[in-house]
Amino acid sequence: MLIKKPADIRPSEITSKDNYLNRRDFIRAGSIAGASVLAGPALGAIVPEERRAKLPGILASEFSADETPNSYEDVTAYNNYYEFGTAKDDPYRNAQDFAARPWSITVEGHAEKTGTFHFEDFIKPFDLEERIYRMRCVEAWSMVIPWVGISLADVVKHLQPTSNAKYVAFETLHDPVRMPGQRRRVLDWPYREGLTIAEATNPLAILAVGLYGEALPNQNGAPIRLVVPWKYGFKGIKGIVRIRFVEKQPRTSWNMATPREYGFYANVNPEVDHPRWSQARERRIGAGLFAPKQPTLMFNGYGEHVAHLYDALDLRKNF
Amino acid sequence: MNTLQQVRFIWKPIAFLLCLVPAALVVTDAFGLSGQLGANPVEEIQDRLGNWALRFIMIALAVTPLRRLTGYNWLVRFRRMLGLFAFSYVLMHFLAWLILDQGLLWSAIVEDLAKRPFITIGFAALVLLTAMAVTSTNGMRRRLGKRWQQIHNSVYVVGFLGVWHYWWQVKKDITEPLIYATILAVLLGVRLWWIHTRK
Repeated sequence: MLIKKPADIRPSEITSKDNYLNRRDFIRAGSIAGASVLAGPALGAIVPEERRAKLPGILASEFSADETPNSYEDVTAYNNYYEFGTAKDDPYRNAQDFAARPWSITVEGHAEKTGTFHFEDFIKPFDLEERIYRMRCVEAWSMVIPWVGISLADVVKHLQPTSNAKYVAFETLHDPVRMPGQRRRVLDWPYREGLTIAEATNPLAILAVGLYGEALPNQNGAPIRLVVPWKYGFKGIKGIVRIRFVEKQPRTSWNMATPREYGFYANVNPEVDHPRWSQARERRIGAGLFAPKQPTLMFNGYGEHVAHLYDALDLRKNF
Repeated sequence: MNTLQQVRFIWKPIAFLLCLVPAALVVTDAFGLSGQLGANPVEEIQDRLGNWALRFIMIALAVTPLRRLTGYNWLVRFRRMLGLFAFSYVLMHFLAWLILDQGLLWSAIVEDLAKRPFITIGFAALVLLTAMAVTSTNGMRRRLGKRWQQIHNSVYVVGFLGVWHYWWQVKKDITEPLIYATILAVLLGVRLWWIHTRK
């Protein structure tokens, strides 16, 4: 009997379910990118080392929210980055002297392209895009942030995960000398986060390397951090040094710290409260002293792009 | 002037003004006249008032041990004022939550009071302090007789509820609640020790 060997298609070459479902978006995004390229050839992502360096060749994105971003000061002086302290202004105060170069990123696990890469080489193959995203913190405040980043889907595709790769795990630098917050065991360092492959290849997910058209400030996770706008802010792991393609759901820092309060998925969900506070509403930073809180949107308002990822999941259990 | 007159006409008015400073700074910072309230002014106001509420509870609880240790009996003249400031800061903290944070949205307020234990216990502390504040006058003290001391012994419960409220509210870093818990433990511990050694 003649048995035909099927064509050898690597998993990385198969169009992801996301891109298939969003194929019209995908094509439109492509044509926008194409138009911008005509205006000036895309350089590939370059992030100069200097503080607040202007980033060249940033493309616009149709995924950007049509909302006014928070001020540069709000975005860079009020956030959580426990590696530099637990108060909201600690990252701003304690990360100023942090040296985010030289920086390397190690890719491990079930992928064709593994190894350790210089940050500059790691981002070079991709386009810089501006993504103005809402950011909803699990503490019930929110901002609008004009990130500059590279598509995580593009990065994942480039690294060619094998069919065993079901999740992507990320790790932050663990260096208590450079990150004073790590001298206390507030969390089990290094900070860890993870996504399913479907989440990581969703077109909304980016690795941010800048904001406000400039190189990413140290306190916001320089030189490279994750941004997944439909999830609570703590999923956006900062100062990434390790990316691992794994088969089993990776452990994640806040879930390890308090499993009852923080799940793996951590999708923004106004219907599932934090055990100690309501998630139904949020305070928009910069709205003023007497501004009322605003209702929190399911998936932070990004449902049309991501809701299908969770069709089979009970979001009450998988919070 | 004798000591009591000095306390009444000089030191108490000075202490009174000093106790007003944290609240005044919240107001002047809100207008940018002194410092800043930062990116999240509503949270900052609640945190500052709450922190000062806890500090005043501790300061008020420190009066009696200090008096016994130093023998300065005139210290007791500050106790009621300090207790009333503790109540005032708790009340301001509560009102900041009610008006600025919740925006007087009653459904959310009732839900939080009922469903969030850390808010429930904070509110319980406010209720107890209110009972103490309204019975703090000389007239009430006379009228209530023995019951007065019972009502005012609830300050120990208030201290406990206040620290618990703070502890339960922080996300992960319990350093500051732990400091308050330690101070409270010392202040209550010396009292227990004295009761124990007196017997």
